[in-house]
Amino acid sequence: MKEFKILAVIAALVGITYYGIEPYAHHIMHPEVAPADFSFKTLKNVDTTLAGNAENGKVLVEANCIACHAIDKAGYPAIMPNADAAASYGVVPPDLSSSGRIYDKNYLANFIFDPVSAMHLEGKYTPESGKQFPMPAYNWMSPQEIMDIVAYLQSVTPKVTEGKETNKATFEAACGRCHDMKYAGIQATTPKDNLKAYMGATPPDLSQYIKSRGEHYLHSFVNDPQVLLHGTSMPRVGLTEKAQEEVIAYMEEIGDSKKAERESLGIWVMLYTFVFAILAYLWKRKIWSEVH
Amino acid sequence: MAEFKKADSMLEWFDQRLGVVNFVKVMMTEYWIPKNINFLWAMGVLLTVLFTFLVVSGIFLLMYYKPDVNMAFDSVNYTIMQEVAYGWLFRHIHAVGASVVFLVIYIHMFTGIYYGSYKKGREMIWVSGMLLFMLFSAEGFSGYMLPWGQMSYWAAYVITEIFGGIPVIGDELVVWIRGNFYVSDSTLTRFFMLHVLLIPLAIIGAIVFHFYALRFPHVNNEEGEFFDFDEEAKKYLAGNKKESKVVPFWPVFLSKDFFVLGFFMLFFFYLVFFHYNFAMDPVNFDKADGLKTPAHIYPEWYFLWSYEVLRGFFFEIAGVSGKDLGLMAFGFANAIFLVLPWLDRSPMVKPANQRPYFKYWFWFLMADLIVLTVYGKLPPTGANAWVGFASSMTFLALFIALPFITKAEAKKVGGK
Amino acid sequence: MMDESRRGFIGKAFGAVAAVGGIASLIAMKKTWDPLPSVMSAGFTTVDVSGLEANKLEIAVWRGKPVFILKYTADMKPTDGRSVKIGDHYFSVMIGLCTHLGCIPAYRADQHDFKCACHGGEFTDSGVQKFGPPPRPLDIPPFKLDGVTLVLGEEGPEYKAMMAKAGGA
Repeated sequence: MKEFKILAVIAALVGITYYGIEPYAHHIMHPEVAPADFSFKTLKNVDTTLAGNAENGKVLVEANCIACHAIDKAGYPAIMPNADAAASYGVVPPDLSSSGRIYDKNYLANFIFDPVSAMHLEGKYTPESGKQFPMPAYNWMSPQEIMDIVAYLQSVTPKVTEGKETNKATFEAACGRCHDMKYAGIQATTPKDNLKAYMGATPPDLSQYIKSRGEHYLHSFVNDPQVLLHGTSMPRVGLTEKAQEEVIAYMEEIGDSKKAERESLGIWVMLYTFVFAILAYLWKRKIWSEVH
Repeated sequence: MAEFKKADSMLEWFDQRLGVVNFVKVMMTEYWIPKNINFLWAMGVLLTVLFTFLVVSGIFLLMYYKPDVNMAFDSVNYTIMQEVAYGWLFRHIHAVGASVVFLVIYIHMFTGIYYGSYKKGREMIWVSGMLLFMLFSAEGFSGYMLPWGQMSYWAAYVITEIFGGIPVIGDELVVWIRGNFYVSDSTLTRFFMLHVLLIPLAIIGAIVFHFYALRFPHVNNEEGEFFDFDEEAKKYLAGNKKESKVVPFWPVFLSKDFFVLGFFMLFFFYLVFFHYNFAMDPVNFDKADGLKTPAHIYPEWYFLWSYEVLRGFFFEIAGVSGKDLGLMAFGFANAIFLVLPWLDRSPMVKPANQRPYFKYWFWFLMADLIVLTVYGKLPPTGANAWVGFASSMTFLALFIALPFITKAEAKKVGGK
Repeated sequence: MMDESRRGFIGKAFGAVAAVGGIASLIAMKKTWDPLPSVMSAGFTTVDVSGLEANKLEIAVWRGKPVFILKYTADMKPTDGRSVKIGDHYFSVMIGLCTHLGCIPAYRADQHDFKCACHGGEFTDSGVQKFGPPPRPLDIPPFKLDGVTLVLGEEGPEYKAMMAKAGGA
């Protein structure tokens, strides 16, 4: 009985200390932020209830988008190699093949209307800064036209099945123009020098971000970087919740590839240790029965 | 040379040459431990096991680790964590083990303080134990640098910078320790050497010394009772096992230790597999960058209390800068435990709860150390800085007051 | 008698020789820990300031730390004890680590000041803190002027004069 009392005292002291240096300290150092908003409801420039006409959208896309953007899956290849594109625009313009799938509809429509406010980068592209985002705002288009474009982009996006391939493809489409993933052998499609000039600093390699930032942080951060890192030049990319989950799953596959093995082995090792402990207890009882 | 007769058994063969029978008696079956003990007496064996875990896991990490600023981070986080079969397991055991070993050291240490196991002949046990604590601290600090993450780098930067506060030679000393003006490749390689060879050698030596120091004064017991070990051993060997106050190290004492060890391992492996972030700080999964300071820099949890004493003094007092005061207090905090046997002036060897004044001192100290540890992690701004100052002052005051408290206690008890 | 004192002498001499060997080895070990000559010589960074553009921050690396070198435009006023005159122009030369927690502040050319992104500290063009948590101005590294070349890591007369002024204030 006395031993249990001692154990309780130690558990209490260790518990209080642990609470102070882990959950409490983290709560102080990393205050909770507003929950991620995957409907991007602050963006209201375009009435997204309008039904888009994909055929009309195709005409608009051909007239307005493919001069810069590839849409490989719809038969519009890239105009020039990545290095040249980066030199011309500052960054490699995205291939729009999967844009209808990975970007939220409301985000996409508002992005076409005004990229800078959609990306939440008003702080970077101020009039005084003299910087200009390479893609112009299509705020002269009617909401119907914008929704037609969105409908077209959604119509050309290939169907995918869940799994590693899709996770990787989503990561490459959403992050791969700026970020390396060294542990997967992925290099940003935009050359480093262009990126540094374009972003102000070289974007980090994401190989270990699942470990260094953790899922919880990434969940908010990818949704809107400004919330956690005010002033960062990383844009809000407007991923749907599904696409963001795929990106994070991919980061976990690469950055924490032994997770499944760790968790299943953990159970076995603990079971083994439990048996060890029980037998140790029985043996101890037998031995001590002679001396007590 | 003595004449050898032909051995009848393998045991005899070895006994003739190595005296194994007697050796086993002296070390195991007739090494006497008091019977009146609780599970806190198992911490020594727990520490031995944990140290073995650290050595073994360390050996395997050493096979793939590369002590070079350009390669260290990836050799740990890619090669070991993701390529090597069970490399991640060895790293988790090593990192979590390094953290938990300090938890057990602290329990071991405060058990010693609580039961008064540092006085009346047991001074050298205490001193060798504190020496081990210091060596483990150096081992922990040097090892934390090796993964070459952001926290590795900045903890190394901040801690080596502390030596800059030493008068006259400070600045040069920092450069000398680092082997460069800043924490760099030369710093990494020399701390690597310290971590994998020099300090472990010293630790092994100190462990042997610590065990040896137990031999003459014997292990303390739950009541602080002094008795004749030879007498009690005789009773045990004569078959009066229940009556005797002692038990042999093997198998009786160890059977209890293994039982405690079993349940401790359950806790340990839970941490290794499922709850390791406290020992593997997420910030350290960003590669070291000397031009980018993390928003919060803090040492591993087991250094927090003394780190807080260091930064608790943040303003000038009587013309001495806060930095210098902090450094002095830090030096005091790290050295003072060593001389504890001479600060406690009461001859009583009893558990703290049976000592009229010491018990208050003990629990005050525990509370103060917890406050220091928690505030050592929190950002030192606003009210936190004052809590840090107050608890640092309390720490100093407790140790300065200890001789007077225990002297008064000796008087009170003596007068009874 | 004779024998005994001789033995005593030989014993002492043996002890002394052993001690000399021990001390010599310790010195050798200490020196092995010393920073290498290449490291010591890399402790000096030279920067040619003649080609620098006004109001555009140049960041040199000295002993692993960023050093800000800022050439003033005509309308930027030099600060006594902090701005350095090299040729006809004034410059700020300072260690680019925020004195709060060591982040690297960014230069805002339009406002002629520095802003630290970590905790919002702000410094003037000469590195004096004007807002936020930084406790003191940006540190000035030891430097020496050699014509239009700035040698970081050596203490020249201009640097000593600056330090004397700072100490007196």
